[in-house]
Amino acid sequence: MILNNVNILGSNFADIEITDEVITDIQPAGSMPQGTDCAGGVLLPGLVDLHTHLREPGFEESETVLSGSLAGARGGFTALHAMPNTSPVGDTAGVVEQVWHLAKAAGLCDVFPIGAVTKNLEGEQLAELGAMADSMARVRIFSDDGKCVSDPLLMRRALEYVKAFGGVIAQHAQDPSLTIGAQMNESELSSRLGLKGWPAVAEEAIIARDVLLAQHVKSKIHICHVSTRGSVEIIRRAKENGIDVTAEVTPHHLILTEDLVENYDPIFKVNPPLRSIEDVLALREGLKTGVIDIIATDHAPHPQESKDCEWQVAAFGMLGLETALSIAYTTLVKTGDLTFAQLANVMSSLPAAIGQVSNHGRPIAIGEPANFTLFDPARSVTVDKFSTSSKSINNPYHGMTLEGQVLLTMLRGHFTYKSSEVVG
Amino acid sequence: MKHLLSSEDLTREEIIALLDTATRMAELSGAKKLPTLRGFTVVNLFFEDSTRTRISFEAAAKRLSADVINFSAKGSSVSKGESLKDTALTLQAMGADAIVVRHPASGSAYRLANAGWISGSVINAGDGTHQHPTQSLLDAYTLRNHFGEIGGDLGGKEIAIVGDILHSRVARSNIFLLSSLGARVHVIAPPTLLPIGVETWPCSVHLNLDDVLPKLDAIMMLRIQSERMSDSYFPSELEYSKRYGLDARRLALLPEHAIVMHPGPMNRGLEISATVADSKQSVIVEQVANGVLIRMAVLFHILAGETL
Repeated sequence: MILNNVNILGSNFADIEITDEVITDIQPAGSMPQGTDCAGGVLLPGLVDLHTHLREPGFEESETVLSGSLAGARGGFTALHAMPNTSPVGDTAGVVEQVWHLAKAAGLCDVFPIGAVTKNLEGEQLAELGAMADSMARVRIFSDDGKCVSDPLLMRRALEYVKAFGGVIAQHAQDPSLTIGAQMNESELSSRLGLKGWPAVAEEAIIARDVLLAQHVKSKIHICHVSTRGSVEIIRRAKENGIDVTAEVTPHHLILTEDLVENYDPIFKVNPPLRSIEDVLALREGLKTGVIDIIATDHAPHPQESKDCEWQVAAFGMLGLETALSIAYTTLVKTGDLTFAQLANVMSSLPAAIGQVSNHGRPIAIGEPANFTLFDPARSVTVDKFSTSSKSINNPYHGMTLEGQVLLTMLRGHFTYKSSEVVG
Repeated sequence: MKHLLSSEDLTREEIIALLDTATRMAELSGAKKLPTLRGFTVVNLFFEDSTRTRISFEAAAKRLSADVINFSAKGSSVSKGESLKDTALTLQAMGADAIVVRHPASGSAYRLANAGWISGSVINAGDGTHQHPTQSLLDAYTLRNHFGEIGGDLGGKEIAIVGDILHSRVARSNIFLLSSLGARVHVIAPPTLLPIGVETWPCSVHLNLDDVLPKLDAIMMLRIQSERMSDSYFPSELEYSKRYGLDARRLALLPEHAIVMHPGPMNRGLEISATVADSKQSVIVEQVANGVLIRMAVLFHILAGETL
C-alpha cells in the first residue's frame, strides 16, 4: 500500500510504502506510484490516549469497547487506555481481560485496560494489582479515577507495591473532604451562582502529598487531568527535584473556562471542574515547557438523561476522543506554542512511554509499525454532537468551530477510519 | 418580563416599576379581589417545604383571580424519583401560564425556564443558595415605604445584612437588588460564612457587627441553621449569638429611625432576640404583608405584560 503526498510531522512531504503492518519505504513526494492521495495532509504517529472511559462492562448504554474504539479511530487514536470504573469494576484479572478481549474483537484501537488501585474503587484495600499485571491484559497503569486514593498510607503502599512489576499509579487528585458536594471551580462565580465550590487546593494538596510520597518510596507517579495553575507549579518543582512524576491535561481544560457554567447547562459539568482562563493559560504553558507531559482525553460518555436535568443531579464528564486533536491543534500548534513534532510527542510517543506500550508512539521511519493519523490543519469544522461514533452526545463543543480535521487513521497498515473527504 | 429568575437580571427601572405596581396593588386592596388575571393558571411547584412563601404566592395569584394549582414534591411522583424535566413536561401539558418554583438546587429555576422543557413563564421562589428575587423585592418595597417614595429608589441608605451570607439566597438577591436601587449594602458575617469573592460584589464586608450599627438605616438578620454549627462554620450557637446576634444591647446602638428586618422563619434567641423581634423597630410582620403585594406585582408584570 502507498500513501502519496503526506506531510510527515508537518515538515517533510513524502510518499510512504506500507507492506503488511510495517513502513517499508519513504521517498520524496511524487516519486512513488499512485496509491491513496493524502493531498499534503499532516502525518502524525497514531495517537495514544492514556485516559478513556469505554464504559463496558456495565454501562453499555453510554459506550461500548466497540463504539469507543470507533470514536477513538475517528479522532485519530490507535491506542486507548480504558479506565476501570465499570460495573463490575476492573479490579481483577478477569474483568481487565474481558475488556482486552472485547477490544481485540473490535480491532479498531489497541486497548490497554487500566486496573483499579483499590477493590471496587472503595479506597480501603489494594486490588490484585499483580494478577492484573500478569494477565493477558498486561496492566501497567493503575488508577481509581473518578475517586482519589485519599488515604496517604494506602497510597504509599500502592506506590511501593507496583514497583515489583514496573507499574504506575495514576492519581485522580481530589481531596474528598474539601470537595463534599462540590459542583464547579470555587470562585466569585461559584459564589454568585450558588454552586458549591471546588477549590484548587483540593487538587494541589493531593499532588503535593503524592509527589513527596513517590519521592520517599522511590516510585513513579502519574497525575491525571491536572487542572490548576498551582498544580503545574507543584509538578514543576517536583520534576526539578528529580521526582519521577508525569502529568496529563485534558483537551477541555486547555480550551474551556468556568464562565460557561453561568447558564447552569450540565454539558459543562466535569471532574475536575472547568477553571479560570489563568489556569488554562498555565496548563498550555505547562505543556509547552514539558512540566505537563501529555494530553489525555478523559473521554467520559454519559446517557442523555444524565445531562438533561438540573446541574446538581447531572453526571460529571464530557466526550473527548473525536475532538482532541483539533483542540490541541487550535490551542497549541496554530498559536505557535508547539510544533507538529512536539504535538506527536504529547499525544503519541510520551503517552505510549508512560503506558509502556512499545509498538505505539513510534517514529515515522522504515521498519516501524504503520500506525498513523492523517490530519488536515486547513479544514475547520463546526462540531455537530450528532455526527459521532460514540454512543453518547454529551459533547461540550457542539456548535463551536475547531481548526483541523482527522482524515485517516491507520492501525498496523489497515485503515480504521477514513473521512468522507478522502478519495481512494 | 418573561421570567423572574434572579435579582441580577433586573434594571433599576424595572425594580422601581415593580415596587410602584405593588404600591398600586396596596391602594386597590380594598377591593379584596381584582379580576386582572382571570383565566390564567399559576402553578406553585415546591420541591422544598416553605409554607410561608407558597401561601404568599397563592394569596397573590388568587387576589388577581388567577387559577392556582399547588404542586408539592411531598406525596407526589417527585418523591418517587420523577425528574424535574418530566415534572415540567407534565405542567406544560396541563397548560400552566406561570410556574412559581422553589427548589433546593441552585440554578433549577434557570434550567426550568431555559432548557426547552416548557414555554410558560418561570418565577423563582428560591433556588438553593442562589437567588430568591421576590424576597429582595419585598424587602426593597418595605424599605421604600419607610425611607422613600413612589417612583423613587433607596439612594444612600445604609443597609446591613447579617449572618450566613455563604448559604443565603436572600443575601445574594438583596446585595444585587438593593445596590441597584442606590443603597449602600453592608454584609457582616464570620469569615467562614462569607462567600469567596464577596469583596467584588456591590457591598462592603465587615467581620464585626458593633462597628457598623450606628450608621445603619436598616438591618436584616438572616436565619442561622444549626447544621452550620455541626459543619464547623462556627463553634456554638451561644458564641454565634454573642458575636453576631441582634439583642437589646445592639438594638440600642442602632439609630432610632433604623428598622429591623428578617426574612423568616426566625430563630428567636439565636440570630435575633425575642425583645428585638417584637420591638417597635421590627418590621418583620410588615414584610410578610408586603410579600403578597410584591408577588401580585410580579405576577401582573409577567402575565399581563404591562404596568398599571
